[in-house]
Amino acid sequence: MRHRVSVLISILLMVGLLVAACAPTQAPAPAGQPTPVVVEKIVEKIVEKPVEKIVEKPVVVEKIVEKEVVREVPKAPATVTVYSGRSKSLVGPILEQASKDTGIEVRVRYGDTAQLAAAILEEGKRTPADVFFAQDAGALGAISKAGMFTRLPDRISNLVDAKFRSPKGEWVGVSGRARVVVYNTQALKPSDLPESVYGFTDPKWKGKIGWAPTNASLQAFVTAMRKLDGEVKARQWLDGIKANSPKKYNNNTSIVQAVAAGEIHVGFVNHYYLFAEMKQKGDIAARNYYPKKGDVGALMNVAGAGVINVSQNKEAAERFIEYLLSTSAQQYFTKETFEYPMLKSVPTHPDILSLSQIEVPNIDLSNLDDLDGTLKLLRDLGIL
Amino acid sequence: MRSGPPALFWAPALVVAMAMLLPPAYLVIRTIGAGEEAVNLLWQERTGQVLLRTILLALSVTATTVTIAVPLAWLTVRTDLPLRRLWSVLTVLPLVIPSYVGGFVLVAALGPRGMLQQVFAPLGVERLPDIYGFPGAWLALSLFSYPYILLSVRAAIWGLDPALEEASRSLGWGPRATFFKVTLRHLQPAVGAGALLVALYTLSDFGAVSLLQFDSFTRQIYVQYQGSFDRTLAAVFSLVLVALTVTVLVTEAKVRGAHKYYRSGVGAARAGAMIKLGRWRWPALAFCGAVVFFALLVPLSVLVFWLVQGLVVTKTMPVVWNAALHSILAAALAASITVVMALPVTVLAVRYPGWFSTVLERLSYTGFALPGIVIALSLVFFGIRVAYPFYQTLAMLIFAYMVLFLPQALGATRSSLLQVSPRLEEAGRGLGYSVPGVLARITIPLARPGLLAGAALVFLTVMKELPATLLLSPIGFDTLATEVWSATNEGLFAQAAVPALLLIAASSAAVALLLSQEKKGNLSKL
Repeated sequence: MRHRVSVLISILLMVGLLVAACAPTQAPAPAGQPTPVVVEKIVEKIVEKPVEKIVEKPVVVEKIVEKEVVREVPKAPATVTVYSGRSKSLVGPILEQASKDTGIEVRVRYGDTAQLAAAILEEGKRTPADVFFAQDAGALGAISKAGMFTRLPDRISNLVDAKFRSPKGEWVGVSGRARVVVYNTQALKPSDLPESVYGFTDPKWKGKIGWAPTNASLQAFVTAMRKLDGEVKARQWLDGIKANSPKKYNNNTSIVQAVAAGEIHVGFVNHYYLFAEMKQKGDIAARNYYPKKGDVGALMNVAGAGVINVSQNKEAAERFIEYLLSTSAQQYFTKETFEYPMLKSVPTHPDILSLSQIEVPNIDLSNLDDLDGTLKLLRDLGIL
Repeated sequence: MRSGPPALFWAPALVVAMAMLLPPAYLVIRTIGAGEEAVNLLWQERTGQVLLRTILLALSVTATTVTIAVPLAWLTVRTDLPLRRLWSVLTVLPLVIPSYVGGFVLVAALGPRGMLQQVFAPLGVERLPDIYGFPGAWLALSLFSYPYILLSVRAAIWGLDPALEEASRSLGWGPRATFFKVTLRHLQPAVGAGALLVALYTLSDFGAVSLLQFDSFTRQIYVQYQGSFDRTLAAVFSLVLVALTVTVLVTEAKVRGAHKYYRSGVGAARAGAMIKLGRWRWPALAFCGAVVFFALLVPLSVLVFWLVQGLVVTKTMPVVWNAALHSILAAALAASITVVMALPVTVLAVRYPGWFSTVLERLSYTGFALPGIVIALSLVFFGIRVAYPFYQTLAMLIFAYMVLFLPQALGATRSSLLQVSPRLEEAGRGLGYSVPGVLARITIPLARPGLLAGAALVFLTVMKELPATLLLSPIGFDTLATEVWSATNEGLFAQAAVPALLLIAASSAAVALLLSQEKKGNLSKL
């Protein structure tokens, strides 16, 4: 008897929970205690409209306030919640400094860029995030596409070269990362390396190449190749590299280590991994090579940030992003993480080839969120 | 006919089962939006290949871990193995090494040009065979997951009635026949429970398979999130894992059968006789040594090497005490709450077998093969909608840990409870104890080794948990695991070494504490 009753109750509760979860707006209930959910579902429908208005109101109001008041109220005590896809070990110090220098309390949730993007999308209107600070432009593009960013004021967007920000003005690049070929200095001289990445399809590179096809940075690179040179050429390149039986690695660090250890002779990576490795281990038998032709081989991706559209702290969020583009923050990225500065006034790290010496191809970085096509291509070719 | 189970058991069990259903429910909601593309992707020939490969990996890892864990459990509980207590702790410890560290360590140590190669370099060894792919993933997962079975079997051996073995011996069977025909049979539920955990863990692991370049189903799910930020396709893939889990569960249930494992007659409970190893002591030591060497010593020495290398360059290393405190606090809370929640489910399944209790218990496992990120996202989804005031609080995080790791506590608790005779509980009732009284004074004390093993498992796995901690913890709640991850993610291995070593140290202390309790629990039956 009791069995039947409890089964019935459980089915009812589960259905209730599902309905509650699917409903557009929700009322809070204690965690792990599903019983009240059924009751509260009724309340939800009544509350629905007022909630939407509450969400919309500040959006409208703040757009008016932005231009006139912001500069006149420089230091209001404020909090900003940042979802940072860049790890604490890299950007922790500068985010702490941001708190001190701006007077804004910066609260940071560190995580993986893609997973945080997925979390923001799942959280939707209730997301606690004010700012999304992502490791690559693709993730920023995905949030932008979902309509969850708000437009940044021009004074911020204009700080950054148009190549390195969203054309819609929804996010800006904060630091740049060049695509390079890392090579083993005992096995190769720079003159042994081809002018363009397309040269690596030559059979003489058979068994000597390392890459990380599951890694976001390589996928972004292939996406850029598709956008710049077309699907056919991208497919030919991938086919050619695949024919050279490249070694698969999980990430750029493993590739740099494998190159230094002589497991492979060349690898496709972002430029700063080499310097991070040398900072820990001293000199290693590896160097970066910048393909000289101004094609996709010289791609420059960015880590960047945008303000979430439902943020209640937009003004502080904007000031925080502005801080990331200040001279001191840009110097931090140059010196500590070996990245390219986005401010023209800040010089590149002395050991790194400066931006003006690289022929960066012209590409809209927000298009790098079109990874579906790349994944399909990689799957088709049996690479993923 | 016996009366139905008291509400004391079924009410909490129902709550638990519902919590455990959240991840699959989320996947169903997400999949509803899936279009033709998802179906096409699923029916690709490649998807089948990946699935097959993943199943093969799960089977091999499970077989290997059983082979390692059962002898280890026997040697460290019932024989006069020299330094037995030390081995007890050391052999359990590999469980605390997160697979995302274990993977790095194995590559650094055993990679083609790794540390082992450098040792042999003077002998003309240019490079070692590639460990990437199946062999590496198999090795890493086996080495770092066999303690699941070890802990569960240890608990069962403590609870074993020595009279059974004595009866077998008196009836003319030798020690070997007794071991295989009596002892091993009685350990079967514990081995099964542990093996189930290992198999499902293998399906869900991402760290080891990604670092060792083995293309498993879980890796495909991560690629989906990483590459296209596509939650729908990832959900479709995840549902396949759920289906696979259900298949595994049904199979295990069939194999499990409905035997009785408790003493039927009267008799005094006591510890089993110690077996003298004699000259077998040396091979036994070599076996324990080899396992500890590869699963613990190699990772530890790589970590220490990284630390020293980092100290040479940077001179100082910050010690992350705060993160250590957070880790221990969260793990201790999660371990106790999870075991408390596992108890009613187990009591129901063992004492009131029927389709209802069976379904309840099995439901609890459905999410265990899912990658951590899927479970974390499902709790983000429900948490922010249904439990907003608790969203990203410690309470929410502990709840997430319970959903993630309840199956671990269930397995261990179940095998211990099976050894407790219901006659004792009935006698307790007959002598006037209430239902909670019987639970507190008879069932829990007798099932103690299993409860402790369950708590230990949950504690150790919470210590290294990552995706849920990153997404659901209160802001700024750094743990040792997130510190390690943050550093290894950027290739800063020297920086990862301190929190990783702290993580292992804190976990070792916990294991030592729990194992000493395990023994006390047994003696209290005397």
